Amino acid sequence: MAQTTHGVGGLSYDANKRTWPAEFNVFLALIILVGAFELIGRVFLGDSFLFNTRANVHTIFNEARLQIIILQVSIVGIIAIGVTQVIISGGIDLSSGSVVGATAMIAMSFAQVATVNGNPNPKAMFIAQGWTDLPVIVPVLVAIGCGLLAGLINGTLVAYTRIPPFIATLGMMVTARGVAKWWSKGQPISFPTESFAAIGKGLMPVIIFISLAILFQLILSYTRYGKHCYAIGSNEDAARMSGINVQNHKILVFVIAGILASLAAVVLSSKNLTAQAGMGVMYELDAIAMAVIGGVSLSGGRGSIIGTVIGALIFGVIISGFTFLRLDAYYQEMVKGVIIIGAVVLDQWRQRLRAMRA
Amino acid sequence: MSDIVLKTENLTKYYGGVHALEGANFELRKGEHVAIMGDNGAGKSTFVRQITAVEQRTSGRVWFDGKEVNFAGPIAAREAGIETVFQNLALADDLDVPSNLFLGREKVLFNLGPFSILDRKFMRKATEAALIRTAVKIPNLSNTIRHMSGGQRQCVAIARTATFASKLIIMDEPTAALGVQETMQVENIIRTLKANGEPLILISHNMRQVFDLVDRIVVFRRGRIVANLRKQDTDGNDVVSYITGAKTGEAELAG
Repeated sequence: MAQTTHGVGGLSYDANKRTWPAEFNVFLALIILVGAFELIGRVFLGDSFLFNTRANVHTIFNEARLQIIILQVSIVGIIAIGVTQVIISGGIDLSSGSVVGATAMIAMSFAQVATVNGNPNPKAMFIAQGWTDLPVIVPVLVAIGCGLLAGLINGTLVAYTRIPPFIATLGMMVTARGVAKWWSKGQPISFPTESFAAIGKGLMPVIIFISLAILFQLILSYTRYGKHCYAIGSNEDAARMSGINVQNHKILVFVIAGILASLAAVVLSSKNLTAQAGMGVMYELDAIAMAVIGGVSLSGGRGSIIGTVIGALIFGVIISGFTFLRLDAYYQEMVKGVIIIGAVVLDQWRQRLRAMRA
Repeated sequence: MSDIVLKTENLTKYYGGVHALEGANFELRKGEHVAIMGDNGAGKSTFVRQITAVEQRTSGRVWFDGKEVNFAGPIAAREAGIETVFQNLALADDLDVPSNLFLGREKVLFNLGPFSILDRKFMRKATEAALIRTAVKIPNLSNTIRHMSGGQRQCVAIARTATFASKLIIMDEPTAALGVQETMQVENIIRTLKANGEPLILISHNMRQVFDLVDRIVVFRRGRIVANLRKQDTDGNDVVSYITGAKTGEAELAG
């Protein structure tokens, strides 16, 4: 039933001909991927990927697997939310993984306990100053401060110098990793307070990830900030001519990305009960990959947080699926690379197709 | 004097040693549509860039809306009521029509600084009103600009100037890249603006279009205004001879 509606000015258009959102295609890809693992599992292993097959557990789905799928992408997912709005604004952030490392080290050093098993904590960095057993708000605020500072430097470099975001954040990537190693001279920092450890316990990372995703999807869709992200990403000159303060906006975009990376660092170090200088290596690329798989265009202007969340789930399904099929972990990385390239090619192909139809 | 919207006196712009614009005296009255014609490099775009403050003039004075003005930049000029449709349209490809019309001046529901909540319903309604007022035909407001034809893009750019209470609209070759039908659509919009009494400066190379649409033709040649002709006092051959330099001297209008 082709329903014809009248547009403004009397031109008619077919209401059913509206192109469906790009997220729908990504979601379809997720379903197909799960279906493929299910099929391969049934045929070759005689086991189900998605459904429960254990006799003593009475659930329809394999809940343990579903939890792992989302839990293992939650922390990088938090970073991916920040990266998504950077890419939509026409930039890129390569520093988030290193910012996670540096922030985890610094924040954890303010979250340590004074005594371990009745003895003074030998590893507490600030035991001499008495900065132990601090309320949980202190390390969290310290972390946010770190992320804010890193983002402020990134954003200022991108907005006020002619350094491309790729290079500016590459510099921050190297520098922040240096800070992470220097902070405790390479030693891991451990023994957090109970309240700090609670942040990353159980399914808390998932709850934090989903809450932040909902918040930022709303911000991108319904606020001036979100509108300007898309405007700057699709035509920076037009945005400037329209009176948008492009420089301030870019700084804010990178500051938010930095803060989200630092929140990911808090969740990660809390979940692991320790902070190490090598934490978060390659997270920036995984986060960018989640966004790109989720339909965020690397040339800016297009994408959404919903897409990135689905992209993150695709990521999780691939990792779990490979484990399920008992394939070597090495293959995972190789396949990840192929999928990223595939997603970009698919996006360009889809754009060309649409342009031809218009 | 009171019905003069825009007046320039000895407006001059040098780029180093190049005299791109020299001593331009120009007047535009309320409701008047004026065409600026001339060869490439004659100073038409330079003249417009001084008025819209995209560039800062070397010397000369400008009055707009009864006051002498000295705009710091294009945004200040726009806020004063001068809307320009640029040759390279200034639209964000990935945004829909209302977002483009309100780009940089979004209507806000709650003010929360940069995170202010947008009043999408109001902007959609205002967009529909602006499109009706300018008689612009856009099939679907929710379509992004990327999926529109050149003519539709041009119409959105023009509708944007009519959305806000502009006192002067400047169009720099609005139909240069358009097909026959799209050109007609844009010309109809210009006629609607004329009927609404909105003053317009039109830069165009299209003689037929100019004689169809405007009241007065100002010819630029080598950085100077060489002719100021009422449409009924002139014809195409006359204008061409001023453009090519076959005829010289400033034809002044009385009053």
